Amino acid sequence: MGTAIVDKNKNYLNEKSGLWSWLTTLDHKRIGIMYMIAVMFFFLLGGIFAMLIRAELFKVGPTLFTSPQYNQVMTLHGAIMVFMVIIPGIPAFLGNFFLPIQLGAKDVAFPRINLLSWYCLIVGAAVVFWSLLHHGVDTGWTFYTPYSISTSNGTTWVVAGAFIIGFSSILTGLNFIATVHKLRAPGMNFWRMPLFVWALYSTAILQVLATPVLGITLLLLVAERVMGIGIFDAKLGGDPVLFQHFFWFYSHPAVYIMILPAMGVVSELIATFSRKTIFGYKAIALSSVGIAAVSFFVWGHHMFVSGQSEVAGIIFSFLTMLVGVPTAIKVFNWVATIYKGSVRFDTPMLYALGFLFLFTIGGVTGIILATIATDVHFHDTYFVVAHFHYVMVGGTLMAIMGGIYYWIPKMFGRMYNEYWARITFVLIFVGFNVTFFPQFVLGALGMPRRYFDYLPVYEPLNRISSVGAWTIGVGFLIGLFVIIQAIFKGEKAPENPWGGKTLEWQTASPPPHENFHNQPVVTAGPYEYR
Amino acid sequence: MAFDRSDLDLFIPLTLFGRLEEVLLGSSNHHVIPFRVYLNILLILLLFTVVTVVVSRIDFGAANAFIAMFIASIKAGLVLLYFMHLKYDDKLFPTVFFISIFFLLVMFAFSHLDIITRVLENNIL
Amino acid sequence: MNTANSTKHHYAHHFESAEHEYQTSKFGLWLFLCTEILMFGGLFVGYAIFHHKYPELFKAGSHFLDWRLGSLNTVVLLISSFTMALSIYYAQMNDRAKTLINLYITLICGFIFMGVKFFEYSHKIHEGLLPGHLFHYAGEGANAVANLPLYFSFYFCMTGLHGTHVLAGLFLIAWLIVRTHRGEFGPKYYTPLECVGLFWHLIDLIWIYLFPLLYLVG
Repeated sequence: MGTAIVDKNKNYLNEKSGLWSWLTTLDHKRIGIMYMIAVMFFFLLGGIFAMLIRAELFKVGPTLFTSPQYNQVMTLHGAIMVFMVIIPGIPAFLGNFFLPIQLGAKDVAFPRINLLSWYCLIVGAAVVFWSLLHHGVDTGWTFYTPYSISTSNGTTWVVAGAFIIGFSSILTGLNFIATVHKLRAPGMNFWRMPLFVWALYSTAILQVLATPVLGITLLLLVAERVMGIGIFDAKLGGDPVLFQHFFWFYSHPAVYIMILPAMGVVSELIATFSRKTIFGYKAIALSSVGIAAVSFFVWGHHMFVSGQSEVAGIIFSFLTMLVGVPTAIKVFNWVATIYKGSVRFDTPMLYALGFLFLFTIGGVTGIILATIATDVHFHDTYFVVAHFHYVMVGGTLMAIMGGIYYWIPKMFGRMYNEYWARITFVLIFVGFNVTFFPQFVLGALGMPRRYFDYLPVYEPLNRISSVGAWTIGVGFLIGLFVIIQAIFKGEKAPENPWGGKTLEWQTASPPPHENFHNQPVVTAGPYEYR
Repeated sequence: MAFDRSDLDLFIPLTLFGRLEEVLLGSSNHHVIPFRVYLNILLILLLFTVVTVVVSRIDFGAANAFIAMFIASIKAGLVLLYFMHLKYDDKLFPTVFFISIFFLLVMFAFSHLDIITRVLENNIL
Repeated sequence: MNTANSTKHHYAHHFESAEHEYQTSKFGLWLFLCTEILMFGGLFVGYAIFHHKYPELFKAGSHFLDWRLGSLNTVVLLISSFTMALSIYYAQMNDRAKTLINLYITLICGFIFMGVKFFEYSHKIHEGLLPGHLFHYAGEGANAVANLPLYFSFYFCMTGLHGTHVLAGLFLIAWLIVRTHRGEFGPKYYTPLECVGLFWHLIDLIWIYLFPLLYLVG
């Protein structure tokens, strides 16, 4: 409700102080920052494992680890990056901070549940790390039966941890849907919502609908390990492939939980830095919902060689092609937005352009993998590894980095160092392509994924790939320092350094406790530049 | 070129989402379902429980499961409409409910499709 | 706008009115129910697939359950759903005594349900009718069909997950009783009653399907 006295120096960061005020906060902005810290920490861990993997694969034969150790490092890299970095990355961190502000709301619908979801992530992560004390886990992040039933005890802990992290994801999604439906500012109708909000809304639908199925699948897997219930065990009349059906019913939509918010960030960046009304606003908005809906019909394309029936395989292969349609709609609309825009190449825009380039390669190689005939050849080779890294790292992480640089002035009221930020981008972009492009070739030559060792013929390309990986590592480390430097030592940022049109640029930097000093009233769409 | 014309966009009417605004401004006069209605619903539910037990004693062969599920669905419908107030509430709630049921059916349909067509192939080969 | 008409309850700062908060809370709860449906849905999908694959297994398995106990539990749970709905009705009527009576009846029904379940479980455990590897029943009909342990896997997983939800519901109802004693609910504010009520009805709803699937259809 309207307040009489407004202290311009008070903001969400200095409103209260002390660690306890952070750990018990109900402010969505502070919870967003807590997610940022957690996700960055997990990213550092997952990144270290990635560096170790590439070190092991630098030359033929054992280098650093024994083969069981390699399997554990590979599994932890996958599980940490998927469940603790990329899935919560954009929605729970940037989304938590900006979804209510972009809607003109004071907070998310259920602030206490929002805090609970952060604790779910932390507790779940702790349980996952606890597994390291129980001989680790070596199943890969997919926990496929029957191997996951018989392998080391650590599996039970990792599965339980993933189950708890699932709650975090569900609660965030639930909060976002309720906020979008019920807490929009006066005048903010669905066609005036920023595209980032549309993307988060679509993501939230996936989180709410798909994650519970992961929950029951993981519970059944724990029951299978503890009691041997036999639902996924052929010896007792069960069906191991049914586990894959259940798992991918969640995990395919989960792939879009990872990429949809990234698309939302990129929509914001491209519109702002092209200084042009976004082309095809409604088409981009609805293609987000379209991708979310289609994602539930395509999971069988992960199972073409699993023993799934050919009829099902052909149907899934056909349906998977549909994903290309809304995705291409987005890419074409972004390109059309840039066309004849007054483009500014600040660091966030560089990341957005990097996203466009890398994500398109990732998407097009996805079509190759969706075609059942070619997938039989490429399945479980480095071609798949390269494909999903192009989408996950080239897509999602590029968007996270771009989003962080774009919104740092708003979140902390300070500017980052443009020169060093650009160097970061060049290192990450070049390093990324050096790492993963050779892996397409390796995969096409038949190098299997997840293996500890390889034939000598694959060695030259693997060396190139490892050097690229360390370049990305250096890039992200410098990026981290640029972010930390900006937060603590950066120059003071104005309210609207980029000339953005969405609501977050109309409040102070950093925003006050309830986001706006005066309740905003929305009278126009989000990107009305000219 | 048409790319710099922002008015070139899909036309989708707002009324698709229009109800949401009025929910925000809804009154606090919640619909109160009379006591008699609750009681009648309970009696019908108990009656259907008896029916489903009695019917299960008769063997209809393959139709057994369908009959049982049909009766259960009637009972579930009554609980949803009256005990859970869906009949009088915001239509957003049944929408959420039916979306979850729809995707559950999708999950069943595709995993079942795999398993039944798998069996067929084994028989042919 | 109808602000400040609730004496006890002040709505949270980010809502426009108590009604706004009530509708949002209910919407959030329906979204939560949606996740519950999909979670139980995984088990139902598994049940349907294996029931189609081994119809005679499920028929044989259901003969090990007592349909009378199942029916008793169905009746108990339906009555508890009815009294739960009534407690909200009396809160709307501003009749605290009757709200309390109905909540207590709901609580007692929940305990009866869990008592019957406990009796059934201990009987099964005693006989060795257990899921998967734990199965060690050697009595009549033990070898009549293949994979009999799989039936009990489904029986224990489905009723176990359902029972866990009943327990959670009982805790929530106890919490409601405490708050009703404090006089926190009335026609202006009964959101927790409504939300726990919806959760309790969903538990009933799932049992409505579990009962014929496990005890009757076979």
